[in-house]
Amino acid sequence: MQEKPKLPAIEGWYAEDDQGAHLIGSRCTECGTYYFPKQSLFCKSPHCQSESFEEVPLSRKGTIWSYTDAQYQPPEPYVAADPYEPYTIAAVELEHEKMIVLGQVISGVQVSDLKVGMPVELVLDTLYEDDEAKKTIWKWQPAQNASE
Amino acid sequence: MSDKIAIIGAGMHPWGKWGNNFVTYGLKAARDAIKDAGIKWTDVDFISGAATMRCGYPGYVAGATFAQALGWQGAEVNTSYAACASGSQALAAARAKILAGEAECALVIGADTTPKGFLAPAKGYRPEDPDWVRFHIGITNPTYFALYARRRMDLYGDTLEDFAAVKVKNAKHGLENPNARYKKAFSVEDVQNSAMVANPLRLMDICATSDGGAALIVCSEDFAKRIGKSDAVKVAAISTVTPTFANEVVEMPDIATDSAIASEAVRFREQLPKKAYEEAGLDPKDIDVAEVYDLSTALEMDWYEDLHLCERGAASYLVRNGETSLGGSIPVNPSGGLACFGEAVPAQAIAQVCELTWQLRGEAKDRQVEGAKAGITANQGLFGHGSSVIVTK
Repeated sequence: MQEKPKLPAIEGWYAEDDQGAHLIGSRCTECGTYYFPKQSLFCKSPHCQSESFEEVPLSRKGTIWSYTDAQYQPPEPYVAADPYEPYTIAAVELEHEKMIVLGQVISGVQVSDLKVGMPVELVLDTLYEDDEAKKTIWKWQPAQNASE
Repeated sequence: MSDKIAIIGAGMHPWGKWGNNFVTYGLKAARDAIKDAGIKWTDVDFISGAATMRCGYPGYVAGATFAQALGWQGAEVNTSYAACASGSQALAAARAKILAGEAECALVIGADTTPKGFLAPAKGYRPEDPDWVRFHIGITNPTYFALYARRRMDLYGDTLEDFAAVKVKNAKHGLENPNARYKKAFSVEDVQNSAMVANPLRLMDICATSDGGAALIVCSEDFAKRIGKSDAVKVAAISTVTPTFANEVVEMPDIATDSAIASEAVRFREQLPKKAYEEAGLDPKDIDVAEVYDLSTALEMDWYEDLHLCERGAASYLVRNGETSLGGSIPVNPSGGLACFGEAVPAQAIAQVCELTWQLRGEAKDRQVEGAKAGITANQGLFGHGSSVIVTK
């Protein structure tokens, strides 16, 4: 059977290049504040009047701010596997942007494997499958090699 | 000119899952508050309603809906919406009107009927809506509570027993509260035997949603004096502040915080009572009793620190030493809190002020905080709504 194509579950929010996966954010060209999801209309800093932004890849690495899991099946628009499989979630402080981004953690990693401050990195992985494709999303995984 | 208003009446409809029209809860609460104030409904010249988003058009115009239910009598009306902070905004609107001399006596009121199960967002593909995004990637309300709880464990050494102890305390406080929905004692073991929802939080760590209604009659100090109630408790401060960029903590329904690369990171939950303390001219050490939004047991502990009842990270010492229990140095949630009530969104912030009113009058019976002279409430509404009210004798 032919492998299903991989398509992003949310278009234009993340990408993969030769260095790996990254989130696509934007950066205010005046004050330097980063945004995820992308901001393109107005800077949210009360001290900045800018309406000019550049699209930038965000740090693919960070450290865990906190973590949990989802033992109960969320409602739609979450697309749950049948039977439901609980998953781990992490809030991660990006290496450079001084912001925290939430996301699922790759399967196989439990809450008991994590700790605040632990280094993690971003990967793209399947969020759910439909008839046509595997829909991908960003997920966190424990850093493979600290010296990388 | 005085900057305080008097609270001369408080009333509630018991919380529960009654399944009736929300107007009936508000009507009962309002009539009790009017009776408690010893005034006639026609003495009220301003109705300040907190809206509900779940009960159709009558809920969006809650102020007018309650005014009509009580009988149109020509009073001016306003409706506020600020998610869980709606009740404080309704109180703030009434205070502004009274202190401006445009009204003398106001009804502040909120009530809700909650649906069963999850409150799911609209369907389709809508990535511009942060609420759609977070549910799509599997992030529910308990996720946020659990992230805050787990961070406390790793940073401050809080334990699962500490979290369970908050539930045990609140359940005990609410046992005899006639307005509470859950009047049942819990042990630490009961909490720890309940189903895991979002590690480390279990079902008994997280509050439910409820039906309920709460109302206050507030008035100018002159009006209170004229009807022989110059010793009524006072609203000394109301904070309805919004966050300051860059917000440090990831908040529902966002999937990311602000970037603090060009601005200082600010903790919103710490900012919101600060304005209330300043306005009242009081220190945290002047506070005798607090009603805080225990959406989860661990979140109640965050509030101890955000209200400066203790140093950051020290909430577990208050819990372990029983300081926030009745009889302790700073009882928190003597009503039983959300643990015993469940959340009835537009009524909840008003209910917190009802409880402080009864506490400061010395009318709280089995759950009385002895000699309480000053109390503070704290809660936070979705999308950046702060809510903190200080009530004094």
